[in-house]
Amino acid sequence: MKGYLRSDGRKGIRNTVVVAYLVECAHHVAKSIVAKIDHSDVQLIGFPGCYPNDYSLQMMEKLCTHPNVGGVVLVSLGCEGFNREKLSQTIKNSQRPIETIVIQECGGTKNTISLGIEKATTILTTIADVEHTLLETSDLVIGTICGGSDGTSGISANPAVGACFDILINNGATCIFEETGELIGCEHIMANRAESVELGKELITCVEKAEKYYTKMGYGSFAPGNAEGGLTTQEEKSMGAYAKSGASDINGIIKPGDIPPKKGLFLMDVVPDGEPMFGFPNIADNAEIVEMIASGALMVLFTTGRGSVVGSAISPVIKICANPETYNKLPEDMDINAGSIIEGKATVSEIGQTIFDCILNVASGEESKSEALGHKEFLLTYKKFDDIGPSCLN
Amino acid sequence: MNCIFTDKKIVMTKVKFILLNAIDNVLVSCQTAKAGESVLIDNKYCEMIVPINVGHKIARSPIKKGQQIIKYGVSIGSAINNIATGEHVHIHNMKSDYIPSHTRQSKMGE
Repeated sequence: MKGYLRSDGRKGIRNTVVVAYLVECAHHVAKSIVAKIDHSDVQLIGFPGCYPNDYSLQMMEKLCTHPNVGGVVLVSLGCEGFNREKLSQTIKNSQRPIETIVIQECGGTKNTISLGIEKATTILTTIADVEHTLLETSDLVIGTICGGSDGTSGISANPAVGACFDILINNGATCIFEETGELIGCEHIMANRAESVELGKELITCVEKAEKYYTKMGYGSFAPGNAEGGLTTQEEKSMGAYAKSGASDINGIIKPGDIPPKKGLFLMDVVPDGEPMFGFPNIADNAEIVEMIASGALMVLFTTGRGSVVGSAISPVIKICANPETYNKLPEDMDINAGSIIEGKATVSEIGQTIFDCILNVASGEESKSEALGHKEFLLTYKKFDDIGPSCLN
Repeated sequence: MNCIFTDKKIVMTKVKFILLNAIDNVLVSCQTAKAGESVLIDNKYCEMIVPINVGHKIARSPIKKGQQIIKYGVSIGSAINNIATGEHVHIHNMKSDYIPSHTRQSKMGE
């Protein structure tokens, strides 16, 4: 496999130009630039809020300097609170080409769109000859998420991803699983897999934080479709979701945007610290996908029972369908049919190997299904985090 | 009681329901079972009262109100009614011991 070598030593599997709006008021201009260029390597990301927020600034810094990103065009209205100077400096320091265009200084919508098209196209040409280097399995950083789970998810797709994670970790890769709100009920089982006693305690604490947060919100991470698919309770869904983490030791906890400090298996703590402030931790699956990408995920394994169709900007999403009936309804959206486990036609470890093979193909440049269909969703909202405690990153 | 034990034998697929852990008191459907269909549960046939779709659970043994529902070898909540062997186990007869679940129409288990 070949990767794109970045100045911080990390390697990407894609070489994209991101066009980022820094407030909703600049969204249309940024979206038009991307739509008119109409190239799979020019992608839209952005933050809608006008008020400044440390979390969203840090997320945008990490996303714009992600190994899959080769260059950036920032689109600002001009008067919003986003610290575009700091973001631009961070990107510049990473030695990526970066252009900032400000609508209020460029003569309005049409002129800014034309200018943006020119800048993004130039960057796309500039980065075409970025240095290639050998990409090993140990260079891979892979995230996993489940969405639209049902009663089959915890039996087929999720344990198959767990089996794949075990293969990846045995090959020296880095894996990230989430969502602390979807681990409510399995915190004590999970703590037994922590590489140290201190980390075990931290794992329990961060799931307890999630339970407190979701209780205050009035809803757990449990959607009506989960119940229609046979799941009854949060803790039942959690046990199924937990299976994605495999059987390897857990080496640390990271928060969104933290780059794992070593190889191994990491839990991402996505629930904000302190009293609930900005609403639900993640309003939809894509917010979590974006957080794993901000932490360096080159690819995200997405398991689904009911049938999610989303992809993501920046990193490819691989769809693993848990339910054979869903697979038959949505085959063009699914990369892997783990429903064959439910039908008794394949084993969990066989599908785990299939997922691993698929990862290597997508890392080598093959498009995942969602990628080929043009799914480049992106979602970033307000959050607040404290700095992470010392034992989590050991 | 919703479930009728019967000795009649019907043509069945090999594994319509699976047991995930030896100590579980529920089984999970891997293939839709129709209402009226007989399903083999621990060597006894049990007639399904309602259709059971893929991913849904049925009771493997009688479960008393307040008793924990065990799946994957761990508790996934507790029964809010007495549940008979073979009966569909879902939001109408069990609840979370953590956070209430909800449907598009209502919240439950509060």
